[in-house]
Amino acid sequence: MRRVAITGMGAICALGRSVPEVGASLCQGRSGIGPIESTDCSQLRFQNGAEVRGYSHQPYFDDRRADFIDRFAQFAVISAREAVRCAGIEWTPELQERAAIITGSCVGGQSTEDIGFHEVYKLGHNRVHPLTIPKTMANAGASHISMEFGITGPSFTISTACSSAAHAIGQAYWMIRSGGAELALTGGSEAPFSFGILKAWEAMRVVSPETCRPFSKDRRGMILGEGAAMFVLEPLEAARARGAAIHAEIVGFGMSADAAHITQPSAEGAARAMRAALRDAGLAPEQIGYVNAHGTATPANDVTETAALRSVFGAHANRLPVSSTKSMHGHALGAAAALECLATALALRDGVLPPTANFTEPDPECDLDVIPNHARPAQVEYALSNSFAFGGLNAVLALRKA
Amino acid sequence: MSDELTQRVLKCIATAKRIPPETVTIDSEFQQLGIDSMDAVEILFALENEFDISIPDDEVRAVRNVRQMAEGVEKLVAAKAANASAGQ
Repeated sequence: MRRVAITGMGAICALGRSVPEVGASLCQGRSGIGPIESTDCSQLRFQNGAEVRGYSHQPYFDDRRADFIDRFAQFAVISAREAVRCAGIEWTPELQERAAIITGSCVGGQSTEDIGFHEVYKLGHNRVHPLTIPKTMANAGASHISMEFGITGPSFTISTACSSAAHAIGQAYWMIRSGGAELALTGGSEAPFSFGILKAWEAMRVVSPETCRPFSKDRRGMILGEGAAMFVLEPLEAARARGAAIHAEIVGFGMSADAAHITQPSAEGAARAMRAALRDAGLAPEQIGYVNAHGTATPANDVTETAALRSVFGAHANRLPVSSTKSMHGHALGAAAALECLATALALRDGVLPPTANFTEPDPECDLDVIPNHARPAQVEYALSNSFAFGGLNAVLALRKA
Repeated sequence: MSDELTQRVLKCIATAKRIPPETVTIDSEFQQLGIDSMDAVEILFALENEFDISIPDDEVRAVRNVRQMAEGVEKLVAAKAANASAGQ
């Protein structure tokens, strides 16, 4: 089996429009959460989100091309461009055919669909825009990336709610590892800030009326986010041979299903996914030096995740730094795991563990070292990135310092 | 608490949870009825529609039984009536 290197990374989210910008925000513990500007929230119980503020397609796409691409897929293409540039890929027909694209998205272009449905249901129009379907489909991100770079190999999209991008990156990792592809572009993208979607989240009563405070006793729920992160994965030996910079290695991937409840998390299911990732990587729990938690800041998730971490890591959990960067980039649903895989890779590469921001008060039921509010310099060799989706579908990535 | 209001609350809970109405009483505990967090969210949705009220998240965090739920609804219905008469 081949080792797998991350040779390119790209990102756009509330913390910045490039990996260096996002990385700087993570190190500063600066939260990108603020009043939602792209949608009128006066009829909502919550007003805050983690948006790409002031976003316009114009520096990235000409007007006609942007007509065809929903915001979520624009984010996918923007971050894929940065990842490919960062990796220094020189495309050849052979490479384009042997390259794979696997993206994650939870709601796809539902914002486009929301506009169309508002027009037919509320305004009584007799027709919706003819591009509603191709803009809405969740695979639009993968499709536009393929067109952008002329990639003709296996390309698809995974939709497993909040785990989407982790499942996507995991599949891409396994494809490279097994020889199923010579290069993969993988990650996730999301843009869920439209009124209908926000109303649906409001009805779940899981969104915080203020900010996102994972593992803090006074946490009041999640904060929605948007954006994308994409990675170029290559066989480690090939990457070394062409002299590519290697940001981190992916060394393991584990999945599980809770088979329990459609929304309530299960500690057993989460623990099984972490154990599966450790087994896949051939690692002992004690070798893990940092965990980027799912850490949504709902009352249920953080307690359950703490129990799962204690079950997997035993006494090592007392010494194991764990943080939730959702406190800064929000919960970007199908992009969340990609942003968190990026935060994990940067932590390993740069030797700085990102904090859990907005932390005010320890919760005895979340008695972990959550790196409160301030980033921590630390040289770590192995780390996990956790994702536990609604529907009980869990995915965990294991990364190694390059 | 008016009997009519109580009956409507009981009916909302039974309908949302799809359990026989006679199993829900004013003294029922949610745990006893097998009501989990997602069931509770659906019951709140039903009550908001039934009484045309908005139930804030903070009001419901500590609610564990039918009596607390009915008392909360009564308070919000009274506040709505007071607002309406103040507006006249």
